[in-house]
Amino acid sequence: MTALVDSHSTVLAVAPVRTRAQRWRRRYGLAAAGAAIILAWVLIAIFAPLLTPYHPDTVEVTVRLQPPSPAHWLGTDALGRDVLTRLLHGARISLTTGVVVVVVAAVVGTLLGGIAAYARGRIEELIMRLTDLVLCFPPIILALAIAAALGIGTTNTIIAMLVVWWPKFARLAHSLVIVQRSQEYVEAAMVIGFSPARILLRHILPNAVGPLIVLVTLDVGNAIITFAGLSFLGLGVVPPTSEWGSMVAEGRELVSQWWVATFPGVAILTVVLGFNFLGDGIRDWLDPKSRRW
Amino acid sequence: MARYIVSRLAITLVMALLATLVIFLIANTVPGDPVLAQLGDVAASNKEFVAEWRAKYGLDLPLWQRYLVFLKGLINGDLGQSIASQRPVLADIAQFAPATLELATAGFLLALIVGIPLGIVAAVRRDSWIDHLARVVSLIGVSSPTFWLAFIMLAVFYGGLEIAPGPGRLDPIAFAPKTVTGLYLVDSIIAGDWEAFRDAAAHLVLPSIVLAAATLGLITRTTRASMLETIGQDYVRVARAKGLRERTIVRGHVLPNALIPVVTLGGLAYANLLTGAVMTETIFSWPGLGRYTFRSAAALDFPAIMGITLVVALVYLVINFLIDISYALLDPRVVR
Repeated sequence: MTALVDSHSTVLAVAPVRTRAQRWRRRYGLAAAGAAIILAWVLIAIFAPLLTPYHPDTVEVTVRLQPPSPAHWLGTDALGRDVLTRLLHGARISLTTGVVVVVVAAVVGTLLGGIAAYARGRIEELIMRLTDLVLCFPPIILALAIAAALGIGTTNTIIAMLVVWWPKFARLAHSLVIVQRSQEYVEAAMVIGFSPARILLRHILPNAVGPLIVLVTLDVGNAIITFAGLSFLGLGVVPPTSEWGSMVAEGRELVSQWWVATFPGVAILTVVLGFNFLGDGIRDWLDPKSRRW
Repeated sequence: MARYIVSRLAITLVMALLATLVIFLIANTVPGDPVLAQLGDVAASNKEFVAEWRAKYGLDLPLWQRYLVFLKGLINGDLGQSIASQRPVLADIAQFAPATLELATAGFLLALIVGIPLGIVAAVRRDSWIDHLARVVSLIGVSSPTFWLAFIMLAVFYGGLEIAPGPGRLDPIAFAPKTVTGLYLVDSIIAGDWEAFRDAAAHLVLPSIVLAAATLGLITRTTRASMLETIGQDYVRVARAKGLRERTIVRGHVLPNALIPVVTLGGLAYANLLTGAVMTETIFSWPGLGRYTFRSAAALDFPAIMGITLVVALVYLVINFLIDISYALLDPRVVR
């Protein structure tokens, strides 16, 4: 039946009969795969010290640049540090910074965008022009300039990223709240005499939160890549902290010792894929008609 | 239409002015001290020397005066002098821009040539194997860190298989073609130097693939989503009911409307390539703006950082302006 009314498909085929498992996989498979990948990395980040016998910062020059072996599964770097150990510990920084940047930016951006859309008038103009102003800079270059100005360090890099990160949430929240604002239930809440803050937070936002959640999920991956990129350029973490971006940087000239730079990159790729799967899956789920991937 | 263009232009100019203020404030109110970064510990402990040095670069004036000086310089095309290279920042930028332009354009064309057809086919043959393949390609493209992808490409095709040339724009022993535009491909054609053309083109392959990867994913995604939305419209159903061939429907009815959002995204993506160039150029030793940006940031060379951020922001604004205009031309409803 579904296939007959599906105006997207070019051929009006009869819907294939699917088992319950197939339907589940179609509906939730992508999100589940993403969630599983993320969960695995979260567990790795928490239990990193228990998973390997080495310490991430222990320098052992006698075993430098060893290829992968039973003793060092992913080999050792130029200082003889175990790549696997550093990679597992690196999950802590990447996951934390990614989540912190996106969550803080989402909260700040959503509130600003929501207030702008609800208040209208001058406040809206002020907030939305400020948003436009930040958006007129290329994010990485602006973050790079701010991070360089603030000085190297995880906190400073997070601050730099936050400055460029909130506007997209402000813009999305603004457009979502504008749509909700003219709905009858908002009018009803106003008539009852609820405060603007209550109407915005308790009534409007819960109705507008779907697309925001999708953006947050997709964006964590983005934030992880950006932070790793800034670290790769030498601005993120202070050495010898094990972080994936700076690990790739340490191995970037070691073409014949490929394992030093390759595995941290694979780690970034899998985590980011995880968040993209989850975000896409949630989107399909919230808006099954679009199935956009 | 004319009114629309004028109003967009006015907004763009105001934003440009505000952008200069933002950049100025970032560079001047933050804790990082360019004096310390440039002079080193020994020279920085000499108070007289530091004061003289501050005066030389105008760092002893009050903030608002420095902003006016900065603005006045901008109007005259003076972005200040790079502390690291001891040359005018504008001259530095002019020297490095062509290399980035060449790389970004090559990457952009690659992303368009592969991304748009892939998105179209994925939408028309929805849920087929090619749709799934396109999805995987675009997800991996979006999810790979550029700097890592650059390393992998170099390690595999240069270090491992030895079928691609190494970093840089030309072979280390080769001579650059006589500079006309600074774009090696164009210059070598003008000079009729086919050896240099082949060399420059070969050196472009790996970095432009790396640069294209993320953009390719975005373009494929947008093309497909926009195609699907258009295919679902009533007028397409009418065309189908008239008995037109599927090919005619896709080419004549769906594509023109479906590609409008791609134009918007394409413009932004091109501007973003300039950013992606920071990572790509750093790994491929590509003597362009990206590497210049990175080096300036690492050395806290504030005049250079300010200059480059400003120039890129202006390029961004101009591209956005052009997108708005072309959008209005493609879809006249926008103006109303």
